[in-house]
Amino acid sequence: MQDTLAQLKRGEKGIITDVSSIHIPLKLLEMGCLPGNSVQLVQLAPFQDPIYLNINGTHLAIRKETASHVLIEKTGT
Amino acid sequence: MSKQINVALIGNPNTGKTSVFNALTGLNQKVGNYPGITVEKKEGICKLPRGVKAHIIDLPGTYSLNASSLDENVVIELLLNKNDKDFPDVAVVVSDVENLKRNLLLFTQIKDLEIPTLLVINMADRMSYKGISLDIDYLEKHLETKIALISTRKNEGIDNLKNLIANFKDLSITPCINASEIDQDYFDNLRKAFPNQLLYKLWLVITQDVNFGKTDRNKIDAVANFKTKSKGDLKRLQQKETIKRYQFINNVLKKGQTIDVTQAKDLRTKLDRILTHKVWGYVIFFVILLLIFQAIYDWSSVPMDFIDTVFASLSEWVKNMLPNGAFTNLLAEGIIPGLGGIVIFIPQIAFLFLFIAVLEESGYMSRVVFLMDRVMRRFGLSGKSVVPLISGTACAIPAIMATRNIENWKERLITILVTPFTTCSARLPVYLIIISLVIPEGHIFILSYQALTLMLLYLIGFISAVSSAYILNKILKIKSKTFFVIEMPNYKLPMFKNVALTVIEKTKSFVFGAGKIILAISIIIWVLGSIGINSNYNNAKVIVNQKINENGFNKIQSLSLQNKQERYKSSLIEDHDNITKNQISDSIIYKTPLFKKAVINDEIASLKLENSVLGYIGKAVEPAIKPLGYDWKIGIAIVSSFAAREVFISTLSTIYSVGSEIEDNDNKTIRAKMESERHQLTNKAVFTFASGISLLLFYAFAMQCMSTLAIVKKETNSWKWPVLQLVIMTTFAYIVALIAFQFLK
Repeated sequence: MQDTLAQLKRGEKGIITDVSSIHIPLKLLEMGCLPGNSVQLVQLAPFQDPIYLNINGTHLAIRKETASHVLIEKTGT
Repeated sequence: MSKQINVALIGNPNTGKTSVFNALTGLNQKVGNYPGITVEKKEGICKLPRGVKAHIIDLPGTYSLNASSLDENVVIELLLNKNDKDFPDVAVVVSDVENLKRNLLLFTQIKDLEIPTLLVINMADRMSYKGISLDIDYLEKHLETKIALISTRKNEGIDNLKNLIANFKDLSITPCINASEIDQDYFDNLRKAFPNQLLYKLWLVITQDVNFGKTDRNKIDAVANFKTKSKGDLKRLQQKETIKRYQFINNVLKKGQTIDVTQAKDLRTKLDRILTHKVWGYVIFFVILLLIFQAIYDWSSVPMDFIDTVFASLSEWVKNMLPNGAFTNLLAEGIIPGLGGIVIFIPQIAFLFLFIAVLEESGYMSRVVFLMDRVMRRFGLSGKSVVPLISGTACAIPAIMATRNIENWKERLITILVTPFTTCSARLPVYLIIISLVIPEGHIFILSYQALTLMLLYLIGFISAVSSAYILNKILKIKSKTFFVIEMPNYKLPMFKNVALTVIEKTKSFVFGAGKIILAISIIIWVLGSIGINSNYNNAKVIVNQKINENGFNKIQSLSLQNKQERYKSSLIEDHDNITKNQISDSIIYKTPLFKKAVINDEIASLKLENSVLGYIGKAVEPAIKPLGYDWKIGIAIVSSFAAREVFISTLSTIYSVGSEIEDNDNKTIRAKMESERHQLTNKAVFTFASGISLLLFYAFAMQCMSTLAIVKKETNSWKWPVLQLVIMTTFAYIVALIAFQFLK
């Protein structure tokens, strides 16, 4: 099974491979959450949710639930 | 040809768009609303080279032309409606050098509408710090535009920008991307159906719910009905479009921008580590809140005392200088005290807006949202509810508007419903004056009891907001998809100009907005207090004098005389260091005839007030509020403050002015008037600890603001929610105040 954005640990990086279009708001795509872009998990909020990401240079936070619909390939830390 | 051109500033949030607007227009700006909706409309005038004048609109921040909120809709509506009087001659897209890639998405969309478009790259001062270099010529060529590289922080490049705006005719209107490539067949059909329209415009109309002016409506309705594709298919096409745009942008930036990523750990990482830490994050947030409340209470007391005194002397001065008559009385007893009641709170409101503006500008507010989301979700709220709940401490109206960026409707509705519980600045006047009357002075550590009480009231407001959210979350059966996206902008030192302009603008609109209501109500209260309802009103003087001549001073009147003497005595001791007992008693004996006259005048005035229309209204509500510890005068103030809470103090000050025509020799401030107010039958102070706490709690919970109810109606599009708010909150307030008074009395 492929990894999702929700499984990244702090500091880990990955490349987005696919996004589930039904579950992901257009706004997130517009902010750069698109296949091929790199992503890094910058910080977890207390209680491990939401997560703070650096997607392709844009810093944003989303909830884990949304993150689980973004497939990635881990590329290390 | 007219010399004035329309310029629209467009850009992502957090790009410094408003700084650019401020740099261009300075103080030549005004803030209003778009007709029919409550979205803020900022416009201003800027003088360009060669005598050209530009009318500049600062459009709400948006990430793209695919609107997901009312604010974003405004942008699209304007750009798609050529007949709008504000339709831009030139669109200025503001971007931030660190987020150029994302900012360009919006730029390419606007270019495709074939509007002359200019690209502003802001925050150029951070380029070297971030290791970014740009090939401007290359970018200009491939984006087919002119680029203004500016720094609003350092005030660089603004003149160049003005020049480029003035030369807008030179801008190319060639689109960046051929959007029809995402589905050739579909777009071909579209072109056949509407041969005279711009294809990309049609596409936007189909995918958005855009409201148009009447002129365009028929034509556009026809387009909007051109569907042949399901919603899901359209969404997929929008995604394809986004991907295509990013491909184009990536290609351009590959050559036009180089970033040297050797910068290891920057300020952001370090600050984030502390500010969003699971312990320190909350501690820092709490300390900041504490600081804000201490500041509001302590720092603003000096200007407030000053304003209070000025208005009291102004009232006195008007009375002495103008000829006696109805107009003078209206001015001295109605309008001036009423205005004083609002002007006095300018320092505090300004402080509050100052702090909120700084938190927003610095980028800290997003961290709070991030930090609080998980906690807030437990109560059916979103992390983004924190912003409305905090700005609700200034005013519930902008706070309820700020809920628009909450994506989930249920979370948004709950936020709207509970926001009025947070302590808005209109409650502040009531709290401050009552706290200063009934809570003793003194300190625990560095915090005064009074500041702590205030803090506690804010806490009560917040707790009731959160707990009612919890209950609403359990009761409301609304299913809506949960999602949550928030940008975490870079930390920035707030720019003085931006903060100052925000504070001035918000304070001004608060004062004028509330000022109108307060002025109107002050006049109404004064008029009602000056109309007698029976013969006792006109004969008050005769009745009182007759009674006193026949029976002498009764118990209450003697007590009131004693009070006046006591107060005079303590003021003598305060003012003179070496005064002897004999000197004091001599002075009191000398002054006593004057005091007697004042007591008689008070008696006449209060008899008049009782027999006025106002008195009858007060007496009518008295049975309902007596169990809460209030008398009929407070009753009048409470009734009138259902228009707006801050009316309470100005109403009381008007009533007490009407109620005592001749003062002791010193001018009386509102607070002093309230302090010396006694119950008519028992001569006990009206504002005691018990009645004070009861009042504080009543104001903490009751829904007394017509403007908030109106905005809730507008934002929820139904009368159901505002009516429920009014009934439930006020009933709850009544019960809590009742319990508090009965326990404490």
